[in-house]
Amino acid sequence: MKLSELKFNQIAIVIAVQGQELSLKLFEMGLLPGEEVELENIAPFGDPIAIRVGEYKMCLRLSDADCIDIKVK
Amino acid sequence: MKQEITVALAGNPNSGKTSLFNALTGLNHKVSNFPGTTVEKKIGYCKLNTETRAQIIDLPGTYSLYPKSADELVTYDILRNKAETNFPDLVLFIADASNLKRNLLLLTQVADLGVPVILALNMVDLAERKGVFYELDILAKELGIPVVSINARNKEGILKIKNLLLDESKHKKVTYFNINQVDQNLLNEIGEITDKKNPYAALQYAINAGVYLNNQAKQINAAFEKYHFNPKQFQELEILQRYKVIDDAVRLSRRQKTNHVIKNITQKADAILTHRIWGLVIFLSLLFFVFQAIFSWSAYPMDWVEMGFAWLNATIEDSLPDGVLNDLLVHGVVAGLSGVIIFLPQIIILFAFITVLEDVGYMARVGFIMDRIMRPFGMNGKSIVPLIGGMACAVPSIMASRSIENKKERLITILVTPLMSCSARLPVYTLLIGMLVPETAKWGPFNVHGVVLMAMYLLGFIAALASAAVFKLFVKSEGTAYFMMELPSYKLPVWYNLLITLYEKGSAFVVGAGKIIVAVSVILWAFASFGPRGNMRAIDEKYATLAMSADATMSSEELAAQKSAERLQASYAGEFGKWIEPAIKPLGFDWKMGIALLTSLAAREVFVGTMSTIYSVGGIAEGEDLNSIKHKMLAEKNEKGEPLYSVATILSLMVFYAFAMQCMSTLSIVKSETQSWKWPIVQFVYMTALAYVSSLIVFNIFS
Repeated sequence: MKLSELKFNQIAIVIAVQGQELSLKLFEMGLLPGEEVELENIAPFGDPIAIRVGEYKMCLRLSDADCIDIKVK
Repeated sequence: MKQEITVALAGNPNSGKTSLFNALTGLNHKVSNFPGTTVEKKIGYCKLNTETRAQIIDLPGTYSLYPKSADELVTYDILRNKAETNFPDLVLFIADASNLKRNLLLLTQVADLGVPVILALNMVDLAERKGVFYELDILAKELGIPVVSINARNKEGILKIKNLLLDESKHKKVTYFNINQVDQNLLNEIGEITDKKNPYAALQYAINAGVYLNNQAKQINAAFEKYHFNPKQFQELEILQRYKVIDDAVRLSRRQKTNHVIKNITQKADAILTHRIWGLVIFLSLLFFVFQAIFSWSAYPMDWVEMGFAWLNATIEDSLPDGVLNDLLVHGVVAGLSGVIIFLPQIIILFAFITVLEDVGYMARVGFIMDRIMRPFGMNGKSIVPLIGGMACAVPSIMASRSIENKKERLITILVTPLMSCSARLPVYTLLIGMLVPETAKWGPFNVHGVVLMAMYLLGFIAALASAAVFKLFVKSEGTAYFMMELPSYKLPVWYNLLITLYEKGSAFVVGAGKIIVAVSVILWAFASFGPRGNMRAIDEKYATLAMSADATMSSEELAAQKSAERLQASYAGEFGKWIEPAIKPLGFDWKMGIALLTSLAAREVFVGTMSTIYSVGGIAEGEDLNSIKHKMLAEKNEKGEPLYSVATILSLMVFYAFAMQCMSTLSIVKSETQSWKWPIVQFVYMTALAYVSSLIVFNIFS
């Protein structure tokens, strides 16, 4: 499953990030394999989304969330 | 111990770095740019004890040592280069305890550059609210460096930091990443190319330089290829290995009280503030409120500034003998200065709002909710702040565009921000709209005046978006545009930080824009005061005889006003107006308006003052109402005997002022922010062309 498909109240674990440049950026921001993610908000026009990553909150565009493989807990 | 130690302050964005810097140094600091970059460099001083003080360098907040631009690369060079004058004795690293793991990634990278590090654990209270505690001694033991807990917002723990900075026995160099897994021959070669002794520092620099710096890239990439070294793969490996070390340290020292995560205030607030409907409604209402505040709260302070300068003018005029020097000071220097200072209240108010909203954590949400709208125009959510700010003044707003990481998006934002109708256009619009519709006219419940004014603001916004869409096609992009951003927890603002920021921004505006405006004002004053010799003398003589001949149908003031009007027309500025007239005639402008277009280059609102001089009304600034100049302009006839200021001409002028680049201060700030002359020139040309074409169309439609 992709992070972009995650629904509210679902907690998931990051499996992998596709694309080297994107994965480097996300790893730096603490979004790496094994980390817990949860959908928290969706912006007014459906994109971007705000997620909880481990202990903090960040936002990213759906196109990038599409490249993140997750597994619902 | 020596008299001064140099400390670099490092940490993630939103970790409380600014609060700690302010708590340590107060107003005792200087803001400049890192040489050759647009990245702000702040250096402050902090007294540690009677003999020692610390020089504190505030490094830009980032998530890792792999920068996103060439600019950032240069800033961290301070930590790599022992020859660097600002090479720190140690790094003070501030980390957010409520999100420790991610914060420690940068710490381990910084430590591996070979500089001793001490860790200040901030926001411990926030972590405790989530039920998380850290055993500081275990964390210190695991990381191998001293750790103190602080609360930067309340200035708690500052003394502990000062004692640690003084205690040299506690400053330890540690390494977290085993660099020996990389081919030793490659490290030697890279060390030689980059001239850095620490192998991690050399490799890390080389990886970045291979991407960002043209001069060494070829050599570096050749070396990488020779040893089959894939820099991206290495970075990935490096980051994951670092997280392993961090995981252990965090797990061993961390104590969790409750297991479930309580939905906190931030989550509840975001449910409303980023809501599909309420989020937008609240944002737009807030925007409206900020605007009202900028205009209504600044009215009194602006009056005081005006009164102050009127007094200064009068004092200079009275105390200096009549002549060129007097005239230069009063109409050149002081007039230019007052043109700058008059906007200070609006700028302070705008920045107060931006700073508080940023500090509270709301600005990140604005970016979040606006990103989708800005994206088709080649900008991102963060561009909305400069664009809104542009309605007060483009100069500080362009400075505020620094938060946009992607170069293309930032450049587009800078290029289109001046199209937003700034407060300098307001006096021009007020005069022109007043000539178009009576002030009392109503459209249903609405004041027509207000509606037209709002239409002008809307016009600016639409033009900015449209131009951005065009620039999107032409500006070269560097790397993929991402929009990833931390949404920090909501916090109460720190008033001390606000005051310091306002002081910084205010002085940057006065000094930065002030220099240019004063210089341009003096030049324009010269143009308007001097002219071809014979003409000027003829006027002087004519009025000398008129004053002598006692046939006084006019008072001496009226005579003086008429004389200055004639002098302006005969001056170089007047010559310029006549010279440019053929070019602006198709827009419905005559040569007198040409003079105003020239003098408006100092600041747009100078238009009103110039018109009042041309129509010899005298000092508008001294409180005379706009009506007299309005009537005189409306009475003006063209050569066919029709009113010169027809509806078509007035609308054409309004559109021209909405679009034309007539602000030297903006151009100079664009030059310094983009580090090139190219972009201010592009901006000047495209805006002026847009103004010309639009005015031409408007004039032809309505005449």
